[in-house]
Amino acid sequence: MSATEYIVRTKDVVKVFTLGEEKLRALDGVNVDIRRGEYISIMGPSGSGKSTLFNAIGGLDKPDSGSVFINDVDMAQLDAGELAYLRCHTIGYIFQTFNLITVMTALENVTLPTIFAGTPTDDGIARGMELLDIVGLGHRYHHKPSQLSGGQQQRVAIARSLANNPSIILADEPTGNLDSKTGEEIIALLRRLNKEQGVTIITATHDYKMVDVSDRVIWIRDGKVEKIENRADIQLSIGGMAGEAEHLAGAAGVDAVG
Amino acid sequence: MTTEATETGRKPKAEGVGGGIKTQINLPWSKAAQIAMNSLKIRFWRSMITGAGIFLGIAFLCFSGSPILISLFQHKLVPGPDLNRQVWLVVMALLVCTVGIMNSMLMSVSERFREIGTMKCLGALNSLIVRLFLIEALFMGFVSSFGGWVLGFFAVFLVRWITLGWAGGVTSLTPGIIAGSLVLSVLIGGALTLIAALLPAQRAAQMPPAAALRTEV
Repeated sequence: MSATEYIVRTKDVVKVFTLGEEKLRALDGVNVDIRRGEYISIMGPSGSGKSTLFNAIGGLDKPDSGSVFINDVDMAQLDAGELAYLRCHTIGYIFQTFNLITVMTALENVTLPTIFAGTPTDDGIARGMELLDIVGLGHRYHHKPSQLSGGQQQRVAIARSLANNPSIILADEPTGNLDSKTGEEIIALLRRLNKEQGVTIITATHDYKMVDVSDRVIWIRDGKVEKIENRADIQLSIGGMAGEAEHLAGAAGVDAVG
Repeated sequence: MTTEATETGRKPKAEGVGGGIKTQINLPWSKAAQIAMNSLKIRFWRSMITGAGIFLGIAFLCFSGSPILISLFQHKLVPGPDLNRQVWLVVMALLVCTVGIMNSMLMSVSERFREIGTMKCLGALNSLIVRLFLIEALFMGFVSSFGGWVLGFFAVFLVRWITLGWAGGVTSLTPGIIAGSLVLSVLIGGALTLIAALLPAQRAAQMPPAAALRTEV
Protein backbone atom coordinates (compact mmCIF):
# COMPACT_ATOMS: atom_id res chain seq x y z
CA MET A 1 0.00 0.00 0.00
CA SER A 2 2.89 2.31 0.72
CA ALA A 3 4.34 1.72 -2.72
CA THR A 4 1.70 3.74 -4.57
CA GLU A 5 2.80 6.41 -6.95
CA TYR A 6 0.74 9.17 -5.39
CA ILE A 7 1.58 10.27 -1.87
CA VAL A 8 -1.12 12.95 -1.70
CA ARG A 9 -4.41 13.01 -3.54
CA THR A 10 -7.34 15.35 -3.06
CA LYS A 11 -10.80 14.65 -4.39
CA ASP A 12 -13.36 17.43 -4.83
CA VAL A 13 -12.19 19.27 -1.72
CA VAL A 14 -14.54 22.08 -0.69
CA LYS A 15 -14.04 24.50 2.19
CA VAL A 16 -16.47 27.31 2.90
CA PHE A 17 -15.74 30.23 5.20
CA THR A 18 -18.55 32.35 6.54
CA LEU A 19 -17.60 36.00 6.63
CA GLY A 20 -20.51 37.77 8.26
CA GLU A 21 -23.45 37.29 5.88
CA GLU A 22 -21.32 36.12 2.99
CA LYS A 23 -20.27 32.58 2.31
CA LEU A 24 -16.89 32.31 0.66
CA ARG A 25 -15.92 29.11 -1.10
CA ALA A 26 -12.20 29.20 -0.34
CA LEU A 27 -11.82 25.79 -1.98
CA ASP A 28 -14.32 24.86 -4.64
CA GLY A 29 -13.77 21.27 -5.72
CA VAL A 30 -10.00 20.85 -5.83
CA ASN A 31 -8.49 17.72 -7.36
CA VAL A 32 -4.74 17.34 -7.09
CA ASP A 33 -2.46 14.29 -7.36
CA ILE A 34 1.06 14.57 -6.03
CA ARG A 35 3.71 11.93 -6.67
CA ARG A 36 6.23 10.62 -4.18
CA GLY A 37 9.42 12.69 -4.20
CA GLU A 38 7.99 15.60 -6.16
CA TYR A 39 8.66 19.26 -5.47
CA ILE A 40 5.32 20.99 -5.91
CA SER A 41 4.48 24.66 -5.74
CA ILE A 42 0.92 25.77 -5.21
CA MET A 43 0.81 29.25 -6.69
CA GLY A 44 -1.89 31.85 -6.67
CA PRO A 45 -2.72 35.35 -5.49
CA SER A 46 -3.62 36.04 -1.85
CA GLY A 47 -7.13 34.88 -1.17
CA SER A 48 -6.98 32.25 -3.89
CA GLY A 49 -7.29 29.45 -1.36
CA LYS A 50 -3.76 28.10 -1.40
CA SER A 51 -3.27 28.29 2.37
CA THR A 52 -6.67 26.67 2.83
CA LEU A 53 -5.54 23.86 0.53
CA PHE A 54 -2.30 23.64 2.53
CA ASN A 55 -4.31 23.25 5.75
CA ALA A 56 -6.56 20.62 4.18
CA ILE A 57 -3.63 18.55 2.83
CA GLY A 58 -1.82 18.81 6.15
CA GLY A 59 -4.81 17.72 8.21
CA LEU A 60 -4.74 21.03 10.05
CA ASP A 61 -8.32 21.84 9.10
CA LYS A 62 -11.21 19.69 7.96
CA PRO A 63 -12.64 20.24 4.50
CA ASP A 64 -16.43 20.68 4.40
CA SER A 65 -16.69 18.02 1.72
CA GLY A 66 -14.40 15.93 -0.44
CA SER A 67 -11.46 13.85 0.68
CA VAL A 68 -7.74 14.14 1.16
CA PHE A 69 -5.74 10.93 0.84
CA ILE A 70 -2.25 10.58 2.26
CA ASN A 71 -0.62 7.33 1.14
CA ASP A 72 -4.08 6.25 -0.04
CA VAL A 73 -5.55 6.70 3.43
CA ASP A 74 -8.56 9.00 3.65
CA MET A 75 -7.76 11.52 6.37
CA ALA A 76 -11.41 11.95 7.29
CA GLN A 77 -11.39 8.31 8.42
CA LEU A 78 -8.62 8.88 10.96
CA ASP A 79 -9.32 9.44 14.64
CA ALA A 80 -7.45 12.09 16.61
CA GLY A 81 -4.71 9.68 17.72
CA GLU A 82 -3.99 8.54 14.16
CA LEU A 83 -4.11 12.11 12.93
CA ALA A 84 -1.56 13.07 15.58
CA TYR A 85 0.65 10.16 14.47
CA LEU A 86 0.41 11.39 10.89
CA ARG A 87 1.33 14.95 11.89
CA CYS A 88 4.19 13.66 14.00
CA HIS A 89 5.76 11.09 11.67
CA THR A 90 4.53 11.55 8.11
CA ILE A 91 4.22 15.31 7.61
CA GLY A 92 6.58 18.13 8.53
CA TYR A 93 5.19 21.67 8.57
CA ILE A 94 6.87 24.96 7.75
CA PHE A 95 4.98 28.23 8.17
CA GLN A 96 5.31 31.75 6.88
CA THR A 97 5.47 33.01 10.47
CA PHE A 98 7.92 30.23 11.49
CA ASN A 99 5.77 29.31 14.53
CA LEU A 100 8.74 28.47 16.69
CA ILE A 101 8.04 28.34 20.39
CA THR A 102 9.57 31.61 21.52
CA VAL A 103 10.65 30.58 25.00
CA MET A 104 12.57 27.55 23.75
CA THR A 105 16.07 27.44 22.28
CA ALA A 106 16.68 26.34 18.70
CA LEU A 107 17.64 22.87 19.89
CA GLU A 108 14.58 22.54 22.15
CA ASN A 109 12.34 23.56 19.26
CA VAL A 110 13.89 20.98 16.96
CA THR A 111 13.73 18.17 19.52
CA LEU A 112 10.09 18.84 20.47
CA PRO A 113 8.62 16.54 17.77
CA THR A 114 10.96 13.75 18.87
CA ILE A 115 9.61 14.10 22.42
CA PHE A 116 6.05 13.69 21.13
CA ALA A 117 7.22 10.67 19.14
CA GLY A 118 8.53 9.09 22.34
CA THR A 119 12.20 9.15 21.29
CA PRO A 120 14.58 8.86 24.28
CA THR A 121 15.94 12.30 25.28
CA ASP A 122 19.58 11.64 24.33
CA ASP A 123 18.66 10.31 20.88
CA GLY A 124 16.37 13.30 20.36
CA ILE A 125 19.14 15.75 21.21
CA ALA A 126 21.59 13.94 18.93
CA ARG A 127 19.02 14.07 16.12
CA GLY A 128 18.35 17.75 16.83
CA MET A 129 22.04 18.66 16.62
CA GLU A 130 22.42 16.65 13.43
CA LEU A 131 19.51 18.53 11.84
CA LEU A 132 20.74 21.94 13.01
CA ASP A 133 24.07 21.08 11.37
CA ILE A 134 22.29 20.18 8.14
CA VAL A 135 20.59 23.61 8.03
CA GLY A 136 23.86 25.28 9.04
CA LEU A 137 22.91 26.40 12.54
CA GLY A 138 24.72 23.83 14.66
CA HIS A 139 26.76 26.53 16.38
CA ARG A 140 23.65 28.48 17.46
CA TYR A 141 21.70 25.63 19.03
CA HIS A 142 21.32 27.40 22.39
CA HIS A 143 19.89 30.61 20.92
CA LYS A 144 16.25 31.61 21.36
CA PRO A 145 14.21 32.56 18.25
CA SER A 146 14.37 36.23 19.28
CA GLN A 147 18.19 36.06 18.99
CA LEU A 148 18.01 34.70 15.45
CA SER A 149 17.31 36.45 12.15
CA GLY A 150 14.19 35.59 10.12
CA GLY A 151 16.13 33.34 7.78
CA GLN A 152 17.76 31.55 10.69
CA GLN A 153 14.41 31.07 12.40
CA GLN A 154 13.02 29.57 9.22
CA ARG A 155 16.00 27.23 9.03
CA VAL A 156 15.30 26.12 12.60
CA ALA A 157 11.70 25.52 11.54
CA ILE A 158 12.91 23.44 8.58
CA ALA A 159 15.15 21.40 10.88
CA ARG A 160 12.15 20.91 13.18
CA SER A 161 9.96 19.76 10.31
CA LEU A 162 12.51 17.02 9.53
CA ALA A 163 12.82 15.78 13.11
CA ASN A 164 10.88 12.54 12.70
CA ASN A 165 11.94 11.78 9.12
CA PRO A 166 8.67 12.75 7.45
CA SER A 167 7.94 11.70 3.88
CA ILE A 168 6.16 14.99 3.12
CA ILE A 169 7.14 18.55 3.95
CA LEU A 170 4.37 21.11 3.70
CA ALA A 171 5.51 24.70 3.54
CA ASP A 172 3.05 27.59 3.67
CA GLU A 173 4.70 30.70 2.19
CA PRO A 174 8.10 29.70 3.61
CA THR A 175 9.76 32.74 2.07
CA GLY A 176 6.89 35.17 2.70
CA ASN A 177 8.50 36.94 5.65
CA LEU A 178 12.06 36.88 4.33
CA ASP A 179 14.07 39.20 2.09
CA SER A 180 14.73 37.85 -1.38
CA LYS A 181 18.32 36.68 -0.80
CA THR A 182 17.38 34.81 2.39
CA GLY A 183 14.35 33.47 0.55
CA GLU A 184 16.60 32.04 -2.15
CA GLU A 185 18.74 30.31 0.48
CA ILE A 186 15.64 28.74 2.02
CA ILE A 187 14.41 27.59 -1.41
CA ALA A 188 17.85 26.10 -2.18
CA LEU A 189 17.80 24.31 1.17
CA LEU A 190 14.35 22.85 0.51
CA ARG A 191 15.45 21.74 -2.96
CA ARG A 192 18.56 20.09 -1.49
CA LEU A 193 16.48 18.20 1.06
CA ASN A 194 14.12 17.12 -1.71
CA LYS A 195 17.03 15.82 -3.83
CA GLU A 196 19.16 14.29 -1.07
CA GLN A 197 16.54 12.86 1.26
CA GLY A 198 13.79 12.21 -1.25
CA VAL A 199 11.23 14.17 0.77
CA THR A 200 8.12 15.23 -1.10
CA ILE A 201 7.88 18.99 -0.80
CA ILE A 202 4.63 20.91 -1.21
CA THR A 203 4.79 24.66 -0.88
CA ALA A 204 2.02 27.21 -1.06
CA THR A 205 3.64 30.37 -2.32
CA HIS A 206 3.47 33.41 -4.51
CA ASP A 207 7.22 33.68 -4.74
CA TYR A 208 8.24 33.25 -8.39
CA LYS A 209 11.72 32.10 -7.39
CA MET A 210 10.03 28.92 -6.21
CA VAL A 211 8.94 28.07 -9.77
CA ASP A 212 12.54 27.48 -10.87
CA VAL A 213 13.04 24.56 -8.52
CA SER A 214 9.56 23.02 -8.67
CA ASP A 215 8.85 19.86 -10.60
CA ARG A 216 5.27 20.97 -11.12
CA VAL A 217 3.33 24.12 -10.37
CA ILE A 218 -0.33 24.05 -9.44
CA TRP A 219 -2.05 27.33 -10.15
CA ILE A 220 -5.00 28.11 -7.91
CA ARG A 221 -7.49 30.86 -8.51
CA ASP A 222 -10.77 31.51 -6.69
CA GLY A 223 -10.61 28.15 -4.95
CA LYS A 224 -10.21 26.16 -8.15
CA VAL A 225 -7.24 24.58 -9.88
CA GLU A 226 -6.61 26.82 -12.85
CA LYS A 227 -3.83 24.79 -14.45
CA ILE A 228 -1.05 22.39 -13.56
CA GLU A 229 2.23 22.90 -15.35
CA ASN A 230 5.43 20.90 -15.53
CA ARG A 231 8.62 22.84 -15.07
CA ALA A 232 9.66 22.23 -18.67
CA ASP A 233 6.51 23.94 -19.93
CA ILE A 234 6.98 26.90 -17.61
CA GLN A 235 10.52 27.47 -18.88
CA LEU A 236 9.06 27.91 -22.37
CA SER A 237 6.52 30.46 -21.27
CA ILE A 238 8.88 32.35 -18.97
CA GLY A 239 8.64 35.43 -21.16
CA GLY A 240 5.00 35.79 -20.24
CA MET A 241 5.77 35.60 -16.53
CA ALA A 242 6.08 39.31 -15.83
CA GLY A 243 2.66 39.96 -17.30
CA GLU A 244 1.26 37.09 -15.27
CA ALA A 245 2.74 38.56 -12.07
CA GLU A 246 1.03 41.87 -12.65
CA HIS A 247 -2.17 40.09 -13.44
CA LEU A 248 -1.93 38.13 -10.19
CA ALA A 249 -1.12 41.20 -8.12
CA GLY A 250 -4.18 42.91 -9.56
CA ALA A 251 -6.39 39.98 -8.62
CA ALA A 252 -5.23 39.93 -4.97
CA GLY A 253 -8.39 39.60 -2.96
CA VAL A 254 -9.47 38.71 0.55
CA ASP A 255 -6.19 38.47 2.44
CA ALA A 256 -7.60 36.95 5.60
CA VAL A 257 -8.65 33.76 3.90
CA GLY A 258 -5.54 33.26 1.77
CA MET B 1 -16.35 26.43 16.75
CA THR B 2 -15.45 23.22 14.98
CA THR B 3 -13.73 20.57 16.99
CA GLU B 4 -11.79 17.51 16.03
CA ALA B 5 -12.88 13.99 16.77
CA THR B 6 -12.07 13.11 20.34
CA GLU B 7 -9.55 10.41 21.06
CA THR B 8 -12.11 8.19 22.70
CA GLY B 9 -14.94 8.60 20.22
CA ARG B 10 -13.67 6.37 17.42
CA LYS B 11 -15.65 6.35 14.26
CA PRO B 12 -16.31 2.94 12.75
CA LYS B 13 -14.11 2.64 9.71
CA ALA B 14 -14.19 0.52 6.62
CA GLU B 15 -12.06 -2.60 6.64
CA GLY B 16 -8.55 -1.93 5.42
CA VAL B 17 -8.89 1.85 5.48
CA GLY B 18 -6.34 3.40 7.79
CA GLY B 19 -4.70 0.03 8.29
CA GLY B 20 -1.29 1.48 7.49
CA ILE B 21 -1.59 4.30 10.00
CA LYS B 22 -0.48 3.71 13.55
CA THR B 23 -1.87 5.71 16.41
CA GLN B 24 0.14 8.25 18.35
CA ILE B 25 1.62 7.04 21.63
CA ASN B 26 0.53 8.58 24.90
CA LEU B 27 3.48 9.94 26.83
CA PRO B 28 3.67 8.76 30.46
CA TRP B 29 2.75 11.18 33.26
CA SER B 30 6.37 11.41 34.38
CA LYS B 31 7.42 12.66 30.94
CA ALA B 32 4.47 15.08 30.86
CA ALA B 33 5.43 16.39 34.31
CA GLN B 34 8.99 16.90 33.09
CA ILE B 35 7.79 18.91 30.06
CA ALA B 36 5.37 20.95 32.19
CA MET B 37 8.00 21.81 34.79
CA ASN B 38 10.43 22.79 32.05
CA SER B 39 7.72 24.95 30.52
CA LEU B 40 7.25 26.80 33.82
CA LYS B 41 11.01 27.18 34.20
CA ILE B 42 11.73 28.60 30.75
CA ARG B 43 9.07 31.28 31.19
CA PHE B 44 10.11 31.92 34.78
CA TRP B 45 9.21 35.62 35.03
CA ARG B 46 5.92 35.19 33.20
CA SER B 47 5.08 32.36 35.60
CA MET B 48 5.99 34.58 38.54
CA ILE B 49 3.57 37.28 37.38
CA THR B 50 0.75 34.77 36.92
CA GLY B 51 1.65 33.28 40.29
CA ALA B 52 1.53 36.73 41.88
CA GLY B 53 -2.12 37.06 40.87
CA ILE B 54 -2.95 33.83 42.68
CA PHE B 55 -0.64 34.66 45.58
CA LEU B 56 -2.23 38.04 46.32
CA GLY B 57 -5.78 36.75 45.88
CA ILE B 58 -5.25 33.93 48.36
CA ALA B 59 -3.41 36.18 50.83
CA PHE B 60 -6.36 38.58 50.80
CA LEU B 61 -8.87 35.76 51.15
CA CYS B 62 -6.93 34.14 53.99
CA PHE B 63 -6.72 37.44 55.86
CA SER B 64 -10.38 38.35 55.36
CA GLY B 65 -11.61 34.88 56.24
CA SER B 66 -9.60 34.50 59.42
CA PRO B 67 -12.12 36.10 61.86
CA ILE B 68 -14.84 33.65 60.85
CA LEU B 69 -12.43 30.71 60.90
CA ILE B 70 -11.15 31.62 64.37
CA SER B 71 -14.69 32.07 65.76
CA LEU B 72 -15.62 28.75 64.22
CA PHE B 73 -12.75 26.95 65.93
CA GLN B 74 -13.49 28.69 69.23
CA HIS B 75 -17.20 27.81 68.94
CA LYS B 76 -18.03 31.51 69.31
CA LEU B 77 -19.91 31.89 66.03
CA VAL B 78 -22.93 33.96 67.08
CA PRO B 79 -25.42 35.38 64.58
CA GLY B 80 -25.52 39.14 64.54
CA PRO B 81 -24.43 42.20 62.58
CA ASP B 82 -20.78 41.43 63.35
CA LEU B 83 -20.98 38.03 61.70
CA ASN B 84 -22.96 39.41 58.78
CA ARG B 85 -20.21 41.94 58.15
CA GLN B 86 -17.54 39.24 58.29
CA VAL B 87 -19.46 36.96 55.92
CA TRP B 88 -19.94 39.86 53.53
CA LEU B 89 -16.20 40.55 53.65
CA VAL B 90 -15.36 36.93 52.90
CA VAL B 91 -17.79 36.81 49.99
CA MET B 92 -16.21 39.93 48.53
CA ALA B 93 -12.71 38.57 49.10
CA LEU B 94 -13.65 35.29 47.43
CA LEU B 95 -15.07 37.20 44.48
CA VAL B 96 -11.95 39.35 44.10
CA CYS B 97 -9.76 36.29 44.48
CA THR B 98 -11.75 34.30 41.89
CA VAL B 99 -11.68 37.11 39.36
CA GLY B 100 -7.97 37.70 39.99
CA ILE B 101 -6.99 34.06 39.54
CA MET B 102 -9.28 33.51 36.56
CA ASN B 103 -7.89 36.61 34.92
CA SER B 104 -4.23 35.67 35.34
CA MET B 105 -4.73 32.08 34.28
CA LEU B 106 -7.01 32.82 31.31
CA MET B 107 -4.48 35.34 30.06
CA SER B 108 -1.50 33.05 30.52
CA VAL B 109 -3.23 30.19 28.70
CA SER B 110 -4.79 32.23 25.88
CA GLU B 111 -1.49 33.83 24.96
CA ARG B 112 -0.28 30.28 24.32
CA PHE B 113 -3.01 29.26 21.86
CA ARG B 114 -0.56 29.49 18.97
CA GLU B 115 1.88 27.36 20.91
CA ILE B 116 -0.87 24.79 21.41
CA GLY B 117 -1.59 24.85 17.67
CA THR B 118 2.10 24.41 16.93
CA MET B 119 2.41 21.51 19.33
CA LYS B 120 -0.53 19.81 17.65
CA CYS B 121 1.14 20.25 14.26
CA LEU B 122 4.20 18.53 15.70
CA GLY B 123 2.13 15.55 16.79
CA ALA B 124 0.94 16.28 20.34
CA LEU B 125 -2.28 14.53 21.33
CA ASN B 126 -5.12 16.66 22.70
CA SER B 127 -4.91 14.70 25.93
CA LEU B 128 -1.19 15.44 26.27
CA ILE B 129 -1.79 19.18 25.88
CA VAL B 130 -4.55 19.14 28.50
CA ARG B 131 -2.30 17.07 30.74
CA LEU B 132 0.58 19.54 30.41
CA PHE B 133 -1.64 22.46 31.38
CA LEU B 134 -3.17 20.44 34.23
CA ILE B 135 0.25 19.76 35.75
CA GLU B 136 1.41 23.33 35.23
CA ALA B 137 -1.77 24.74 36.80
CA LEU B 138 -1.71 22.36 39.76
CA PHE B 139 1.89 23.18 40.54
CA MET B 140 1.36 26.88 40.04
CA GLY B 141 -1.88 26.87 42.06
CA PHE B 142 -0.50 24.98 45.02
CA VAL B 143 2.81 26.81 45.28
CA SER B 144 1.27 30.28 44.85
CA SER B 145 -1.60 29.51 47.21
CA PHE B 146 0.83 28.26 49.82
CA GLY B 147 2.80 31.49 49.45
CA GLY B 148 -0.41 33.48 49.66
CA TRP B 149 -1.39 31.65 52.82
CA VAL B 150 2.00 32.41 54.41
CA LEU B 151 1.56 36.13 53.71
CA GLY B 152 -2.13 36.23 54.67
CA PHE B 153 -1.65 34.33 57.87
CA PHE B 154 1.40 36.36 58.80
CA ALA B 155 -0.78 39.47 58.45
CA VAL B 156 -3.43 37.90 60.71
CA PHE B 157 -0.73 37.07 63.22
CA LEU B 158 0.66 40.63 63.20
CA VAL B 159 -2.73 42.32 63.39
CA ARG B 160 -3.83 40.16 66.29
CA TRP B 161 -0.54 40.69 68.11
CA ILE B 162 -0.84 44.45 67.77
CA THR B 163 -4.57 44.78 68.54
CA LEU B 164 -5.12 41.98 71.08
CA GLY B 165 -1.61 41.48 72.50
CA TRP B 166 0.46 38.27 72.61
CA ALA B 167 -1.55 36.45 75.27
CA GLY B 168 -5.05 37.09 73.92
CA GLY B 169 -4.35 37.40 70.22
CA VAL B 170 -1.51 35.12 69.22
CA THR B 171 -1.76 32.23 71.67
CA SER B 172 -5.38 31.66 70.66
CA LEU B 173 -4.21 30.77 67.14
CA THR B 174 -4.30 27.02 67.75
CA PRO B 175 -2.67 24.46 65.42
CA GLY B 176 -6.21 23.59 64.30
CA ILE B 177 -6.82 27.14 63.09
CA ILE B 178 -3.44 27.30 61.36
CA ALA B 179 -3.95 23.96 59.62
CA GLY B 180 -7.56 24.81 58.76
CA SER B 181 -6.67 28.06 57.06
CA LEU B 182 -3.76 26.43 55.24
CA VAL B 183 -5.90 23.61 53.87
CA LEU B 184 -8.71 25.98 52.86
CA SER B 185 -6.33 28.44 51.17
CA VAL B 186 -4.49 25.79 49.17
CA LEU B 187 -7.68 23.95 48.19
CA ILE B 188 -9.51 27.07 47.04
CA GLY B 189 -6.43 28.46 45.26
CA GLY B 190 -5.61 25.14 43.62
CA ALA B 191 -9.16 24.50 42.46
CA LEU B 192 -9.67 27.99 41.03
CA THR B 193 -6.33 27.87 39.20
CA LEU B 194 -7.09 24.45 37.78
CA ILE B 195 -10.54 25.42 36.51
CA ALA B 196 -9.29 28.68 35.02
CA ALA B 197 -6.46 26.93 33.19
CA LEU B 198 -8.23 23.80 32.02
CA LEU B 199 -11.25 25.44 30.40
CA PRO B 200 -9.29 27.42 27.80
CA ALA B 201 -6.61 24.73 27.41
CA GLN B 202 -9.22 22.09 26.64
CA ARG B 203 -10.92 24.40 24.16
CA ALA B 204 -7.65 25.14 22.39
CA ALA B 205 -6.63 21.49 22.34
CA GLN B 206 -9.86 20.51 20.61
CA MET B 207 -9.61 23.15 17.90
CA PRO B 208 -8.21 22.08 14.56
CA PRO B 209 -4.55 23.22 14.58
CA ALA B 210 -5.19 25.73 11.80
CA ALA B 211 -7.78 27.51 13.97
CA ALA B 212 -5.49 27.56 17.01
CA LEU B 213 -2.66 28.97 14.89
CA ARG B 214 -4.92 31.74 13.57
CA THR B 215 -5.78 33.09 17.01
CA GLU B 216 -4.06 36.29 17.98
CA VAL B 217 -3.75 37.72 21.47
